[in-house]
Amino acid sequence: MSVLSVKDLRLRFHLRHGVVHAVDSVSFSIERGETVGIVGESGCGKSVTFLSLLGLIPSPPGRIESGTAHFNGRDLLRCTTGQLRAIRGRHIAMIFQDPMSALNPYLRVGTQVMEPLRLHPSCSRREAWSRAVTALQNVGIPDAERRMRAYPHQLSGGLRQRVMIAMAMITGPQLLIADEPTTALDVTVQAQVLAVIKKAQQETGAAVALITHDMGIVAGTCDRVLVMYAGRIVESAGTDAIFYRPRHPYTKALLETLPAAHQPGQPLLNVPGRPPDLLGEIRGCPFAPRCPHVVDACRETPVSLQPVGDDHASACLRVQAGEI
Amino acid sequence: MQPLLELQDVRTYFPVRVGLPFGRRTAMVKAVDGVTLDVQPGEVTGLVGESGCGKSTLARTIVQLVPATGGQIKFDGVDLRGLSHAALKKTRRSLQMVFQDPYASLNPRMTVLDALAEPLRAHRLAPRQGTVSRVVELLESVGLSARDMRKYPHEFSGGQRQRIAIARALALKPKLLVADEPVSALDVSVQAQILNLIAGLCKSTGLTLVFISHDLAVVRHISQRIAVMYLGKIVEIGPTERVFMNPLHPYTRALLHAIPIPDPKRDRARMRQFLPGEPPSPLNPPAGCAFHPRCPYADERCKCQVPAFDEREPGHAATCLKLDSIR
Repeated sequence: MSVLSVKDLRLRFHLRHGVVHAVDSVSFSIERGETVGIVGESGCGKSVTFLSLLGLIPSPPGRIESGTAHFNGRDLLRCTTGQLRAIRGRHIAMIFQDPMSALNPYLRVGTQVMEPLRLHPSCSRREAWSRAVTALQNVGIPDAERRMRAYPHQLSGGLRQRVMIAMAMITGPQLLIADEPTTALDVTVQAQVLAVIKKAQQETGAAVALITHDMGIVAGTCDRVLVMYAGRIVESAGTDAIFYRPRHPYTKALLETLPAAHQPGQPLLNVPGRPPDLLGEIRGCPFAPRCPHVVDACRETPVSLQPVGDDHASACLRVQAGEI
Repeated sequence: MQPLLELQDVRTYFPVRVGLPFGRRTAMVKAVDGVTLDVQPGEVTGLVGESGCGKSTLARTIVQLVPATGGQIKFDGVDLRGLSHAALKKTRRSLQMVFQDPYASLNPRMTVLDALAEPLRAHRLAPRQGTVSRVVELLESVGLSARDMRKYPHEFSGGQRQRIAIARALALKPKLLVADEPVSALDVSVQAQILNLIAGLCKSTGLTLVFISHDLAVVRHISQRIAVMYLGKIVEIGPTERVFMNPLHPYTRALLHAIPIPDPKRDRARMRQFLPGEPPSPLNPPAGCAFHPRCPYADERCKCQVPAFDEREPGHAATCLKLDSIR
């Protein structure tokens, strides 16, 4: 049973100097309790996809051109602002990359952790306080009672991110969107924070959409992976399949360029060029100019994500035709 | 062989005002606190550590962008700290740096030609006619073309800007290049291109490189020797493969445990050992071994005694009192 099912989402930014095709025909679904990794390089549309679902893209310039996004039988893209507000923070929660700019520096931690409870279900102040303390304890914040009265600047980066997680999970959401939750943190702290997210997920049974650029994090935490490139999903499969049997040249390239995939000292395999400019329409496959397997058809024919195996889909024409 | 760079007990402290009101008391942030390190000519030394461990400050201290508070920084046998301004400028020719953020390290109002010719002009090495051809040669050595010469930094992508920054650092044919997180701001596919470029340049020109990064996989790839920093001090140093295969210091072990491996089966199979807590503030570092509050092996002795380097394999040493009990 899927928690979220997105079909044919198209998001464009209408700017003075042209139209940016930020998200192009993106379809995917997230099942109950699973962790889905969304990977790709910066600017590939992984964050804006989820921001647009929550109605967090400023419009103008952003405009959702088409698509549906069913969450609990309701189309998020057709909700009014008021309806979305009732869903955000209660049923779908989000944590951001930089906990310093996501927390309000003027408010005490406790006030912010209690806020979702005070806004959504009717809940007394006293009860909200004790639930917030429990939430902070659950994410491994020592001395939670005292931290409730602290301001964000008094906490370290790792603690702030834990506060964000506590805030997001306090209403028991069905879907947690974690946008690069550990990118701003050090590796030793990153490992702690990922474990906290995992634990919170196991306790509440929430589905997690983990947006990241780090293939290592995907390998360690995700059940399924969506690989994005130039505003499109180019491959979708289970984590093991993505790592051991990638079916799109971009995914392959992404894995092969990692220093960890090489013998030390050997030159790294690399993909020439860089991701395309999304200003203006891309005909054919967006990866074609950099792809080692490119044929003429790739540049001309529109491609879409098609099943190429068991629970495995790829947006490569040549893979779909069985040529690679 | 005489080391190209010898750091002897280098310390870099920054005064900060603390206390309310008006910050009347001055405290010292000990960003680099007693680093001793030799770098041999032609060698690539990797410097790793988490944010705030002082690795960037050490880089800036080496190229004399920030003054050291104490210790010796010998480059080619000469202590840089005692040099006059003019003599330092002369030495700087052989001592160049590449910064992390290629968006901030290039002047947006200078064309690539100006940016690359500037070091030549500053050191009066620009021949009247040959400057342009030297710039073209530099651009080509980093994979750009002569056509790019008249462009401004904003016309380039992050990876291309980093190529320009590398070309600028190489303009004076330095002996030592200090690269401070040169690929951290880049996407993975571009990161590989720049790493190959740097590794290739080191091989072809015999350049000595100090490569700073928080990414252990990147450092493992590029460097022959690796130094791990924690709270202003080097806690472990050794040949790269030995440090990765047989880490001595508990901090290095924890760091290696914490890096995510982009391989689901290996990631599931390995042991998980979490390090509690976070690095303490360099304003008020713990007494004794700075790592003791987070160390699973720490005992009373670690709280008061500052550990010295203990060499366990040729060239592989760590500062830990408990090396024997960790085995």
